[in-house]
Amino acid sequence: MSFPILSLMIWLPLIGAALMFIPQGSDAASARNARWIALWTSLIVLILAAITLVDFNPGIHGFQFTETAAWIPQFHIAYRLGLDGISLFFVALSALLTPIAILASWRETRRVRDYMAAFLLLETMTIGMFSALDFLMFYIFFEAVLIPMYLIIGVWGGERRIHAAIKFFIFTLAGSLPMLLALVWMWHHAGTTDMITLMHTPIPPHIQDWLFIAFLASFGVKAAVWPLHTWLPDAYGEAPLPGTIMLAAVLSKMGAYGFLRFSLPMLPQASAYFAPLMFALGIMGVIYISFAALAQTDMKRMIAYSSVAHMGLIIVGIFTFTVIGIEGALFQMVSHGLVIAALFLCVGILLARGHSLRLDQLGGLATRMPVFAAFLMFFVMANVGLPGTSGFVGEILVMIGAIQINFWVAFLTGTGMILSVMYMLVMVRRVLFDHARSIANAVMSDLSAKEWLMLAPLAILVLGLGFIPSGLTTAFHTAVTDLVHAHVAAMSPLSHLAMAKP
Amino acid sequence: MTIFDTMLPILFLALAAMIMLMSGVFSRRDHSFAITGAAIVLFAITARLMFAAPDGTIFHGLFITNDFTRFADLLVLMGAAGALSLSVAFNQRTGITRFEYPVLIVFAVIGMVVLISAGDLLTLYLGFELMSLALYVLAAFARYNLRSSEAGLKYFILGALSSGILLYGISLVYGFSGTTEFTGIARAFTGSASASLGSTIGIVFVLVGLGFKISAAPFHMWTPDVYEGAPSSVTAFFATAPKVAVFALLLRVMLGPFAPLFAQWQDLVQILAAASMIIGALGAIGQSNIKRLMAYSSIGHMGYALMGLAAGSLIGVRATLIYLAIYVVMSLGTFGCIIAMSRKGRPVERIADLAGMASEDGRYALVLAIMMWSMAGIPPLSGFFGKFYVFAAAIDAHLNVLAVIGIITSVIAAFYYLRVIKVMYFDAGSPGFDKRTAGINLVIGVSAIATVLFVFYPSPLSTVSSLAAHALFPSQGF
Repeated sequence: MSFPILSLMIWLPLIGAALMFIPQGSDAASARNARWIALWTSLIVLILAAITLVDFNPGIHGFQFTETAAWIPQFHIAYRLGLDGISLFFVALSALLTPIAILASWRETRRVRDYMAAFLLLETMTIGMFSALDFLMFYIFFEAVLIPMYLIIGVWGGERRIHAAIKFFIFTLAGSLPMLLALVWMWHHAGTTDMITLMHTPIPPHIQDWLFIAFLASFGVKAAVWPLHTWLPDAYGEAPLPGTIMLAAVLSKMGAYGFLRFSLPMLPQASAYFAPLMFALGIMGVIYISFAALAQTDMKRMIAYSSVAHMGLIIVGIFTFTVIGIEGALFQMVSHGLVIAALFLCVGILLARGHSLRLDQLGGLATRMPVFAAFLMFFVMANVGLPGTSGFVGEILVMIGAIQINFWVAFLTGTGMILSVMYMLVMVRRVLFDHARSIANAVMSDLSAKEWLMLAPLAILVLGLGFIPSGLTTAFHTAVTDLVHAHVAAMSPLSHLAMAKP
Repeated sequence: MTIFDTMLPILFLALAAMIMLMSGVFSRRDHSFAITGAAIVLFAITARLMFAAPDGTIFHGLFITNDFTRFADLLVLMGAAGALSLSVAFNQRTGITRFEYPVLIVFAVIGMVVLISAGDLLTLYLGFELMSLALYVLAAFARYNLRSSEAGLKYFILGALSSGILLYGISLVYGFSGTTEFTGIARAFTGSASASLGSTIGIVFVLVGLGFKISAAPFHMWTPDVYEGAPSSVTAFFATAPKVAVFALLLRVMLGPFAPLFAQWQDLVQILAAASMIIGALGAIGQSNIKRLMAYSSIGHMGYALMGLAAGSLIGVRATLIYLAIYVVMSLGTFGCIIAMSRKGRPVERIADLAGMASEDGRYALVLAIMMWSMAGIPPLSGFFGKFYVFAAAIDAHLNVLAVIGIITSVIAAFYYLRVIKVMYFDAGSPGFDKRTAGINLVIGVSAIATVLFVFYPSPLSTVSSLAAHALFPSQGF
């Protein structure tokens, strides 16, 4: 058996979190230790993630770095881990953003130890979820995210944090529980919860429809597909900034990843049947949410809405069932993860200087904080898909995929993208340009070294992926092609006959 | 010698209980602490003896020992020992320390062991009443406390009613099958082509009588009042051992002698399960007293456990057993936390009293939060696995509607469990609770660790419960 690198990445943060709870004298000492333990643990995980990126062989079909161990052998449930081209980058994204989120919360003073432990717990859950190859494990990680996130929002959040935390928890739980039934049904049907076996187990079409709805409920809520997104503005708005970063950049990808990993390969007929609905939801998301974003008066909430709009685009890309559309969606997911994290970091930078986030109280920052302004401008451009940034590649690929399916789908999605340019530019104007408004108490210093350290890598990645998109696409090309081929094969009339036979 | 070997654990318990009672009565000084300790040791020894006792049916089918009864016995002993360890400090604080307390619990446990091993309707009733009488007295144990006396009286009157119904059901079953022995009843019911109305009514009455004791809706009315009124240490006991014992018996009766008429009673059990889950979820929302909250929570949990019985299969029984085992551990942890809620020696019971707990006593808050999350069925905690297995059993038996109801009530229930966590973590306040005793720390610590770490090692429990379930279905090979 090879080196269990995935297990290490999953359990290291948990061990780190446990280490923090060793009594260490004064509160100040324990807070300081907690910060450093959290940072170092997440950095080690980041290095391990980098190793998986380097070692990953894009030519191999199926999963790599696989690990298997007995867990509940009586019920054919096992500890199974592995990465393919689809999950590889999400693990990397989680590993990259956790240390950034921890750095961003360096100044947190309230119950630091619990706070850092919650973030490490969150890292365990997210990496575990993206690398799980057993449905029960996937479900456990998927659902367990609620526990640290509930506390992060509820304890360290903003004014209406309690409302937001409970809404987030109940919404997500209500969404996930139907998936538990689907999981139980599939386990009963296939006799195992091994995801690879499940992908190759045909399911009768009329059952597929029900399972698809169950998956839609859980993944749709996590990915904030319109109209299941209403928890999101509250949760994003009230969570402490590092929490918002994790929510927007990593947790929302869980839903989209779920569609790719479960709905498409396991329920091909139902996915095809429901594709028009998903297009409609995706397009509604893009257009309706963009208008909603225009009406926001708070910078953080505006970016939150922009995040929902982009999830709509990703959903459209996934359900084109074309290689290029799905690759576009994947690319957009990675890119959006980086960009939205950077945008929220910018919000955090303003917040740390004592600025209000109300758009009518900001303004004129371009002259006072030029470096910050440049970064913000750059990430806004990446968010609206300016060529040369990673956002452009994802959008254009999704468009190409969509136009192969239906002109109107592509057209309406494109309209939504134009709207996104509109509200993002409105935001930039209000924040950076215009005349300076009441900013009496705010500090006007430009970026500190730590802030540079957080924003620069993201900017480099966004730019790099914009210019050399093949770095990403070659890695997941094999996985996506296999996925689409399997889907086409399942949809061919021959397999219908095979399924009709008992 | 097999009869003696099989009877040894219960003989030992009964003898020891008598000695404890006598030593308490004839001693001048108060020995309650020593007797409580002795009772816990006694339970441990009994558990050891149960492993040694051979499988068998003795006294012409009156008393049965197999893996199933052993599993249930162990759960009962565990629940009783846990509740006893929690009781010491609480009883001292509230001034109800008397040597009768542990003795009564031991008598109740004897009743439960008889109940679990019953192979005949007569043994069943004997065990049932022995258990119940001890429980009635325990409910009113704080006899100068108005609420406790009320709880005892209420429990007694309603309990007597349910015993009457049970007895009536037993007589009907006897009348229509001609025997009180389980195997004989099964044979009689298998022979008849269709069930007679009388035997069906008999089965329904037995189900009602037993349903009362596990507080399955709509026979749950007594639960919130008794849970609230009885001293917390007694409530901790009520929530664990008797529930397991009666549930184990319910499984054995319904899937043993009454199994041939499965089609007749399956719908009824489904209704009980659905009603319990719904009432458990909705009833708890408005509660401000944590003991009442836990009463509704236990009603809901019984509904989930009943799902396994409604499935009527080996998978279902296994799921129910796993659920009960996990439930006992969670309940002990939760009630440990509830018992620890006291200010200047006086117990406090309002949920609002927990405000600010997380910043004052992080460990306590963490343990109670873990218990609440686990009860809500949030993975990776053990409560999730309980739900997972019962849902699997329900889907396996095509009880899709029941499973969907279970899902919906889980979401509703999550709301009120979350409220407890919300009060502890998000609200400001300073509870200022008294220092916890070692007994409470031990129980809540062990149950919290078991609840959290269960995910890493779930297979032993499923192996053991498989063994137990197979004892109930001897025809199906392991």
